[in-house]
Amino acid sequence: MTNVIDRFVTFLFYRKSLALFLLLSPLLIWLGVVYLGSLFTLLIQSFFSVDSFSGVIKREFTLESYYDLFRQSTNWDIIIRTTTMAFTVTVVSAIIAFPIAYYMAMNAGPKLKPILYLGVMLPLWSSYLVKVYSWKLIMAKEGILTWCLDQLGLLHLLDVVLSIPVIGGSSLSFSYIGMFLVFVYIWLPYMILPIQASLERIPKTLLEASSDLGGGPAQTFRKVILPLAFPGVVAGSIFTFSLTLGDYIIPTIIGNSSYFIGMAVYTHQGTAGNIPLAAAFSVVPIVIMMVYLTIAKRLGAFDAL
Amino acid sequence: MRSKWNLGSIGLKTATIFGFLFIHIPILIIIMYAFSTDEKTFQFPLPGFTTKWFGVAWERNDIWEAIILSSQVALISTFIAILLGTLASLAVYRSQFFGKEIISFLVILPIALPGIVTGISLRSAMSLFGIPFSTWTIVIAHATFCIVTVYNNVLARLRRSSHSMVEASMDLGANPWQTFRFVILPNIATALLAGGMLSFALSFDEVIVTTFTAGQQSTVPIWMLTEFIRPRQRPVTNVVAVFVILVTTIPILVAYYLTKEDDGRKK
Repeated sequence: MTNVIDRFVTFLFYRKSLALFLLLSPLLIWLGVVYLGSLFTLLIQSFFSVDSFSGVIKREFTLESYYDLFRQSTNWDIIIRTTTMAFTVTVVSAIIAFPIAYYMAMNAGPKLKPILYLGVMLPLWSSYLVKVYSWKLIMAKEGILTWCLDQLGLLHLLDVVLSIPVIGGSSLSFSYIGMFLVFVYIWLPYMILPIQASLERIPKTLLEASSDLGGGPAQTFRKVILPLAFPGVVAGSIFTFSLTLGDYIIPTIIGNSSYFIGMAVYTHQGTAGNIPLAAAFSVVPIVIMMVYLTIAKRLGAFDAL
Repeated sequence: MRSKWNLGSIGLKTATIFGFLFIHIPILIIIMYAFSTDEKTFQFPLPGFTTKWFGVAWERNDIWEAIILSSQVALISTFIAILLGTLASLAVYRSQFFGKEIISFLVILPIALPGIVTGISLRSAMSLFGIPFSTWTIVIAHATFCIVTVYNNVLARLRRSSHSMVEASMDLGANPWQTFRFVILPNIATALLAGGMLSFALSFDEVIVTTFTAGQQSTVPIWMLTEFIRPRQRPVTNVVAVFVILVTTIPILVAYYLTKEDDGRKK
């Protein structure tokens, strides 16, 4: 048996292209057929339509689903709501993440650095659903956050915040503010790590050069550090933006049950059984992401990934 | 040099501490709630502590079924991911060919695009071809996005290990299979294990793609999601949450230590 393997591997070793073909084909078949194939089917199905009487999918080329999608103003609301949320989450995550990443990259000593790194990485990988759920507990009316604010005598502040129209609500876990908090919480590590990586890559000699040339800390930060770290921020923003755009668990569990793109897709394919409309709807985040990635590429984010 | 930056450094330290508290406290809170005697609400401070919910969870068949299904799916998907990811990384390492960059892009795509896109794509394809939902449809979906962790880990290790060992082995008369078996494989073993562990954790926790590709069966995350929306016994959900934290965190710690020694400077 070993002899057969020996001969086979030796045989391949001298036929590089055949070896390459055999090594790559399983992956290419899997991703090509299963994944790209499915993406392609989705795209095709978005050009089908559903017969309004029988509910059967008509397999003929039509733009009906796209027409349906853009005709209704509620769908526009969903798209705008989701994109606005994704954008706000991205900006705020970047603002919170930057000092943390800066501290990790520039100030932390060699002993502290791996601990901090692990401290960011662990929550990034640990259970998404559990993290969302923990906020459900935290923000519940009788929960820990209310209690803390009460102890601090700040409960009226919460009421003020919750009484803000549109973003407020009956309690934090039923408002956009709550949803926003959870989004920021969940995606924050995805923002910290690329920024930290891009800060790590800045040669320390550049900072010294800047200070030798008379640049103060603020000036060095603005003219040297920030421009060099910016690709990292954009790289992080790809994650926070894309993940918020496609998420439907958080808006299902937290918030006032107004629709986000993900929920709309889920409902259209599930309860409504309208796969063409669901497919057309999911083309929206793909297109938004493609535009976003094109801009990100121009800003040099891919070199920072 | 350093003293110049000290002014901002106090603010930085505070921001970092608060950031880390923000990231970690919610996870600790979940663990705490698993021991609460309170059955109906999320009342704080907790009225009392008990371990009885662990016992109650242990007795529940639906939880065991979900755990068994999740483990099966994660193990099979990880196996497929290891197979496909390792073969491809061996091909990409040290050979030049047309479309090499496309491979890396293709492997990342299933996790780079929103989960909802991957989910609905697979579902629409499965329904178009009349494939019935089963454990295998979940496995197909999970393996697709698990490949990237193995591929990236193994490729990174291959790039860092020196090629002279392979040359030495061949010079000393080992045939290509022996070289692979006794030189390359031991070299990438921990990276394989690390990639496999991450892949297992990734699969065990996945919910969005799973909701689209599972039929009536529940994996652990699907079970949890159902409980969030229609709670039956809240404390039991908290116990399962603690279990999930352990199952996803331990492989990540192990993977971290397995890949740490060879890259002091994390990318």
